[in-house]
Amino acid sequence: MAQPVPVGAGPATATGQGNNSSPGMQPVAPTRRGTELWMLAFAAALVTSALTLVSINQKQELTIQILWYGLAFFAVFTIAHLAVRKWAPYADPLILPCVALLHGFGLVMIYRIDLAKAEQALARAREYAPSAPKQVLWTAIALVFFLVVLFVVRNHRVLAKYGYTAGLVGLFALALPAMLPASISEANGAKVWLKLGFFNIQPGEFAKILLMVFFASFLVSKRDLFMVAGRRFLGMELPRARDLGPILVAWGVALGVLVFEKDLGTSLLIFGIVLAMLYVATERAAWVVIGLSLFIGGCLVAFSLFTHVQQRVANWLTPMDKDLFEKLGGSFQIAQGLFGLGTGGMAGTGLGAGRPDIVPEASTDFITAAIGEELGFIGLTALLMVYMILAMRGLRSAVAVRDSFGKLLGGGLSFAIIMQLFVVVGGVTALIPMTGITAPFLSYGGSSLLANYILIALLLRISDAARRPQTGSRPRPVQQAPIAEASTVMVERPS
Amino acid sequence: MQLTRAGFLVLLWLFVVAALRIVRSDLYAASGLKVGIPGFRRDKSGKARGKAPRQLVVTHGALAGTRISLDGRPIMIGRADDSTLVLDDDYASTRHARISLRGTDWYVEDLGSTNGTYLDRAKVTAPMRVPLGVPIRIGKTVIELRS
Repeated sequence: MAQPVPVGAGPATATGQGNNSSPGMQPVAPTRRGTELWMLAFAAALVTSALTLVSINQKQELTIQILWYGLAFFAVFTIAHLAVRKWAPYADPLILPCVALLHGFGLVMIYRIDLAKAEQALARAREYAPSAPKQVLWTAIALVFFLVVLFVVRNHRVLAKYGYTAGLVGLFALALPAMLPASISEANGAKVWLKLGFFNIQPGEFAKILLMVFFASFLVSKRDLFMVAGRRFLGMELPRARDLGPILVAWGVALGVLVFEKDLGTSLLIFGIVLAMLYVATERAAWVVIGLSLFIGGCLVAFSLFTHVQQRVANWLTPMDKDLFEKLGGSFQIAQGLFGLGTGGMAGTGLGAGRPDIVPEASTDFITAAIGEELGFIGLTALLMVYMILAMRGLRSAVAVRDSFGKLLGGGLSFAIIMQLFVVVGGVTALIPMTGITAPFLSYGGSSLLANYILIALLLRISDAARRPQTGSRPRPVQQAPIAEASTVMVERPS
Repeated sequence: MQLTRAGFLVLLWLFVVAALRIVRSDLYAASGLKVGIPGFRRDKSGKARGKAPRQLVVTHGALAGTRISLDGRPIMIGRADDSTLVLDDDYASTRHARISLRGTDWYVEDLGSTNGTYLDRAKVTAPMRVPLGVPIRIGKTVIELRS
């Protein structure tokens, strides 16, 4: 077990590197679980203070209750931490704290928007069902899923064997809402739901992970197919026409989602992930160029054929147009989101002091606008940095892991987080057309939360494999080399 | 009010900074991958180490770019999950080859693979000494030792 290490302590104490003076000893690889626990405590403290600030600014009574909420939040992540300690001891120490911060902050924001909405409903003498308790319930379920995945998947390479099964199930899950009647699959214009009475799920969120597993195992076994060089063109080696099959299928699926489920976000996400994984596997820019031109072509066709796509693009290009603003399904949402961000300005209005409830869908698609309003540019960038660190640690694990399936899956999973974030924040800030997609961990939404916790469990599993000291190596007898000649792994940190 | 607002933003960024510090300390710490940072390597023996191999680098194949630092333990190569370098190469066997330290030199030996291991152009039949920078080929994967 690692010693708990103070946050930010130098690596001399934090890493427990093997040193030169005892050549017979194996260098003890640090698990850095202590660091993880400290960062989790830091995240919990931040979330608790955020909740306190919201309560103060919303003129709520300050009670000891807040402290209990904070401790309960910390307890939940301590359970996750203990599970990691037990089942993935060498996993990356930063992934879980980053998730904890984002998730906790999301919960506070959802609660804060609940307060505002409840007030609004009270003024109009209406009932309002708060979403924060539901999200807490989903958190508990997500934790169970996280533990189960971490427990069941002891070695990520096992997943490669179920590649085709995962692919089929994933495609089915993705296509299911399109085939069902609109009454049980449509909400807010997107046909991506599965309404099961008391709770609704989005099968597409889970399909995303299954498809990544499939694509990673497919690329590992068929990698050579994508490497065969065809003609050279503009300094790029183009693949042969007959090898374009898989990417055309992925393109077809993405377009199908766009057309039949009216969900630009998922479509963009799936195609982006496929392209990124292809690029990681082959290191050939030609695939990205081909993919992007296919996607742009598809979008142009969709734009000329479907009115809902034209509507979205018009909202994106001219959100402040008066007619568009007042039209049903017009640019009202985006414009309000932009107003929110503008109100926040540099340092924000302060937690609980803004009016994020004016923005429609503030707790789901537009949660980044709500955060931008209350925390401003400075706060929102900090959260984006946390996402960056999360994805960076994932990518680093993918680089360090020693098998190609792990590399591809890890790369795909990390890229998926960043791609989702890009689609959400890009939509809210009117960089790309707005699409209905949730910010991972921040937004209100059960399926998104569950799927992302499964994703994180897999990422932790891969990082555990990457950082675990090489197995199958018995400590060698001391006699092998004179001390002066013994190879060393001591690495100095720059002072 | 203004103080708490600014204080929270500062705390939020402190979290980011703390996380980045861990990232930084981790850059030089042990993990599957060790980055050689020129200028930061301490040589306690005082004399130049010469040309001792420090890492194994995959130069071609699906795992190209992967580096494994050599710390005296043998490197197992093959399709088996517990190999040090796990190959998904069609030409690799479950336990394909082993690279191990004998005295001061690294030796490669073939563990009865189907398609063989090649040191430069020669097929490895008995344990052979691996000089620095000489490619070892297993199927479509090429690795070499570097200092």
